[in-house]
Amino acid sequence: MLEIKNLHASVEGKEILKGIDLTINAGEIHAIMGPNGSGKSTLSYLIAGRDGYEITEGEILYNGRDLTELAPEDRAAEGVFLAFQYPVEIPGVPNTTFLKEAVNARRRYHGEEELDALQFVKMLREKTRELGISDDMLKRAVNVGFSGGEKKRNEILQMAVLNPKLAVLDETDSGLDIDALKVVSDGVNQLRSPDRAILVITHYQRLLDHIVPDFVHVLAHGRICRSGGKELALELEEKGYAEYGVAAE
Amino acid sequence: MSNAPTLATPFVEQFDVARNTLPGHGLAWLDARRQNSLHRYSSLGLPTAKLESWKYTRLPRIASSDFRLAGDADGNVVTGKIPSLFHSSTARHTLVFVNGHYRADLSNLDDLPDGVRLEPLNVTLQRDPGLCEKYLSQSAAGDGEGLSALNAAFMDSGLVVQIDPGVVVTQPIEVVRLNGHTSAPVVRHPRNLIIVGDGAQATLVHTHSGLEVGGYLTNAVTDVIVGRAAKLRHYTVQGETLDAIHLSSVNVEIGGDATYESFALAIGGRLSRQQTHARLAGRGGHCNLSGAYLMRGREHCDNTTVIEHLTPDATSREVFKGVLDDESRGVFQGRIVVHKDAQRTDGHQLSRALLLSDRAEMDAKPELEIYADDVKCSHGMSTGQLDETSLFYMQSRGIPEAQARNLLIQSFMGEALEEVSNPDVREAMRQRIVHWLPAHCYRSEEWREG
Repeated sequence: MLEIKNLHASVEGKEILKGIDLTINAGEIHAIMGPNGSGKSTLSYLIAGRDGYEITEGEILYNGRDLTELAPEDRAAEGVFLAFQYPVEIPGVPNTTFLKEAVNARRRYHGEEELDALQFVKMLREKTRELGISDDMLKRAVNVGFSGGEKKRNEILQMAVLNPKLAVLDETDSGLDIDALKVVSDGVNQLRSPDRAILVITHYQRLLDHIVPDFVHVLAHGRICRSGGKELALELEEKGYAEYGVAAE
Repeated sequence: MSNAPTLATPFVEQFDVARNTLPGHGLAWLDARRQNSLHRYSSLGLPTAKLESWKYTRLPRIASSDFRLAGDADGNVVTGKIPSLFHSSTARHTLVFVNGHYRADLSNLDDLPDGVRLEPLNVTLQRDPGLCEKYLSQSAAGDGEGLSALNAAFMDSGLVVQIDPGVVVTQPIEVVRLNGHTSAPVVRHPRNLIIVGDGAQATLVHTHSGLEVGGYLTNAVTDVIVGRAAKLRHYTVQGETLDAIHLSSVNVEIGGDATYESFALAIGGRLSRQQTHARLAGRGGHCNLSGAYLMRGREHCDNTTVIEHLTPDATSREVFKGVLDDESRGVFQGRIVVHKDAQRTDGHQLSRALLLSDRAEMDAKPELEIYADDVKCSHGMSTGQLDETSLFYMQSRGIPEAQARNLLIQSFMGEALEEVSNPDVREAMRQRIVHWLPAHCYRSEEWREG
């Protein structure tokens, strides 16, 4: 589903990624672990298409096609989803309106009929029940006044509603207490499916106790220095990133 | 700076031709008032950048021959459907003016409650010249500048609203002003008088619409008196043509425990300026002067306010928000004067502008003059661009960029619209803003599946 080949990328002239190779197939969950500044977020923004991140070499293929040709909204419509490390607050736009605009934008893209308010609310209700999201959170402006946990749950709700093929979770565990971590992980696990690929980006291993990956990769200094199974995460938890040339934090 | 600009006094020569046809001709006090004001205008001229309050807004060069005075015939250019800010089902009282000329046939005042009089100025001048003399022989703010004096000399049209003490007008009063579509560009000098008696309440909406492309000049003066414990909501929607010049000066006197709420939405006009001077003249009065403007092309919008706190325990609030695209310009000047006796004044002022283009420009100037010692006054100004992170966030959820921009602009404007306490007007203004936004563009087909 996702093939990243020899990816080099820079931000404001500074090279951040120095040759990433990564293949993710449908049905798989991959975790990328790495210290701060290793290029984890850069990789997630490159997949989602944020401005200001320049690919200097290599390519990102999505279902065999060059993903970088697409505007961010078109990537989303094609099934790419990024859960943000810091979800953005949008005052004045109710959460429900935002979700409905997103769902219908995607339906328009695919030439499908837009959902009317009733159909949309029915669909939304099912998802919110599963994720324990209150009506109040839906009425409020997007992420405005949300706690850290609420923001992350809101990301997972967006993911559930948009039903992506490739979901990238960027530090979704940051700022979560144990209970919130559980809710968010359950939400992600419900989306596990043979048709879907998930890429979990995290600094710490604890999220991977809940979302158990098929593969773990270590990203340091802009390169994947090691890949392995889920046991690699445990090893990292124990030994830290020191052996990858990164001082303990 | 070149040499001092020469005094520009267009329209003076139109006076002798027009004087015998102006409303109220023959009333000695009014004839004298007009003549004095003309002299005053001749010495002041049109405002120039030399005046501090006109630093950021320059009038184009105007010659008398550019505009002729509007005549009765210019009022007959409209026969079709009359636009309204409101949904057709919203009950309201409607007055229609076409190029300043009152059109009773297009107006609807059937359900007007007792104790409310709405009529064009020329009718009031005949019916109750004493009332007019009381309020019009001397403007509340004087003829401090050329435009007000020019208006006082000509006062060729306008609306008089009188609401007797204690009368609560539940339906909004909508004054529709349709302009343009004349054989040649016209100038009008409307003079409005709004008197809300003690304890009375009303909502007054002025909508200005351009009938078609083409120029005209409006130089309006409005005097508002809000009686003790009265409440007036005064809303304006300025949707003039791209060539129109719209100059409006509003002088408000607010009584004790009274509320004056004004909101000006500007979405048109080559050059528009709304200048409001509010005087909180009674203890515990409240005024809210707020507005929103959306400009594109080479449009220019100026909101200039002066709020004077003359008495203790009064509160004032201002929230202005603007969106400026292309080469448009916005100006906000907000002066708050807290006089010596105005203890426990609470004043809040906010001006925010969003620039959608590198060539758009905003000038904002707050001025606080505080002579009392127990005062709470705050002000904030900002000019910025659409937040790139928010845009990306929305795009990453599949919302196309153009639509994401529109949603962010609406979200930005939402904060200003919250100042509009009448829900029908707030919703109608929200829709006008949505209508102003560029249509969504859809994306290339290439990548689309199936």
